[in-house]
Amino acid sequence: MAKARGNGKEIVIAVRDLVVGFDDHIVLDHVDLDVYRGEILGFVGGSGAGKTVLMRAIIGLLPRREGTIRVFGVDLTRASDAERHAIEQRWGVLFQQGALFSSLTVRENLQFPIREYLELSQRLLDELAVAKLEMVGLDASVLEKFPAELSGGMTKRVALARALALDPEIVFLDEPTSGLDPVGAGDFDELIATLQRTLGLTVFMVTHDLDSLHTVCDRIAVLADHKVIATGTMDTMLASEHPWLKAYFRGKRSRVGHPAEKTART
Amino acid sequence: MSETLLEGTAKGGRLRLAAAGAWIAKNARSLETQIDAATQGRGTINEVRIDMARVERLDTFGAWLLERLVRAFSARGCATKVEGLKADYRSLVDDVHVVKLEEPPVRRANQLANALASIGHSMVSVGGSFGAFVNLLGALSVVIIRTVAQPRRLRFTSLVHQLDNVGWRGVPIILLITFLVGCIIAQQGIFHFSKFGADIYVVDMVGILVLRELGVLIVCIMVAGRSGSAYTAELGSMKMREEIDALQTMGFDPIEVLILPRILALIVGVPILTFLGSMAALYGGGLVCWLYGGIEPAIFIERLKEAISLDHFEVGMIKAPFMALVIGVVACVEGMNVKGSAESLGLQTTASVVESIFLVIVLDGLFAIFFASIGM
Repeated sequence: MAKARGNGKEIVIAVRDLVVGFDDHIVLDHVDLDVYRGEILGFVGGSGAGKTVLMRAIIGLLPRREGTIRVFGVDLTRASDAERHAIEQRWGVLFQQGALFSSLTVRENLQFPIREYLELSQRLLDELAVAKLEMVGLDASVLEKFPAELSGGMTKRVALARALALDPEIVFLDEPTSGLDPVGAGDFDELIATLQRTLGLTVFMVTHDLDSLHTVCDRIAVLADHKVIATGTMDTMLASEHPWLKAYFRGKRSRVGHPAEKTART
Repeated sequence: MSETLLEGTAKGGRLRLAAAGAWIAKNARSLETQIDAATQGRGTINEVRIDMARVERLDTFGAWLLERLVRAFSARGCATKVEGLKADYRSLVDDVHVVKLEEPPVRRANQLANALASIGHSMVSVGGSFGAFVNLLGALSVVIIRTVAQPRRLRFTSLVHQLDNVGWRGVPIILLITFLVGCIIAQQGIFHFSKFGADIYVVDMVGILVLRELGVLIVCIMVAGRSGSAYTAELGSMKMREEIDALQTMGFDPIEVLILPRILALIVGVPILTFLGSMAALYGGGLVCWLYGGIEPAIFIERLKEAISLDHFEVGMIKAPFMALVIGVVACVEGMNVKGSAESLGLQTTASVVESIFLVIVLDGLFAIFFASIGM
């Protein structure tokens, strides 16, 4: 496997000249983006700018018009089915609404991917389901519940546990904290950061949550005008004079104006 | 078995387990067997050392299996120690260390009790659906009375839209199917009647059968499958996405907004479809009589005039709106019963179609008794 290197860090996702559109409407126009191993990349942009579109294009749910997408050095646009399959086992996806299978219990949801790819004993499967649940801050009491019986925060946690079921190297999170209260969102950020540290994950996080960007993201990429207009740390974003970045990071809802809040969360 | 991931050497009461290789998901299966093998037998051991220094990779699967190993020995009262763990993996191992396996105990009732319980549950659910049926019928009557008093409340656009779906778009398939059924009964009739020279009575049979029973039945079964299921699925998915709750909170009555137009569309549409279907079946029957039985169209029509009276036609047509009502109410009741899951949507849609076809046939039987007793 060819490993591209940039800044001394291994690039796990490399998007080059990606064009994605629907009918005559171009959403992503020659987008370039690198994601390094072991980082949490926050991906931001206005509503409807195409953040989710880029994520879906990378994981292969949307067809691209031009460009290449390399994950772990494998060009997904040219990969054979077997190669694709192997890559798919190395990433996990948390969809915006959780996308838990509504007719399966939490236990079955968590075991579904494991059962599919590994032939493990039922005992180990059951133990792992509990272990994964505890890692995302839930416990065995929700195992037999159906997704419809879970609260929004629990759904997100179970969905994260399912995304992590096969111990992937990359996790894609689509607005993980949307719909959670600030405390819940803060906990979730914390959880993602902890899991990232313990499991050595690479996290690709589409988000709108400025708090998440401040607290957990190592690097931020900004999508605007159909392109990635900036990548860098929070400080770079705050220093930028680009009008959109200024409005986003230094607008009314940013915390720059209210530095006291920065320490409010424990 | 692939590579050796765990090797044990016992010396007196001390056991030294040397771990190696990749303790990851891919190897979890063989690792589990090796770990279980390591914990079995072994006589009396009071000290276990697990050397993890040669483990190249570790993920949650490996970490959990290590934890299981440690717990198994700890449970036997051995002093267990994990050594040489890479610093990167420390936090992961600590994470799984706190996992509590206390699951709620699964109660296994005996088979007979289960069987009886499931019969009981299904009886209760039958009672429940009957209750819901009557309930919706009542609520619908209230809404109808209210709508008659204030005709402006009727959702006319919605009614037309549903009529288009249920009636107009259903015409081709219903014409085709009733036409074919007409052809088939005519062919069968001619084939068997000709054995005793009674060919011409095929016309009586086709005419009476189609107008009284078959036209309306076939149409209703088609409508239950085509539109009843669609109603259930529509209302069910609206229920799942809380759209119905949203309507309610805005002060709309879901029965007035969603259910009344749908059921009215059926009540208007099904008689029309029944009429068209009966005509198509008669046409099919006539065509087969001519081509297969040699009965000229003119003779067929002449005979048909003698064989059937307006009564037969009326019997069929009177039944149609009642059957439409049953189909509509069952479909809407089942739709409103959908719970959160995709599976429940499927179950309720199936139940809707099965129940409405069943009820249509039962109702047809009741009508047969009724019309016989009033001499129609």
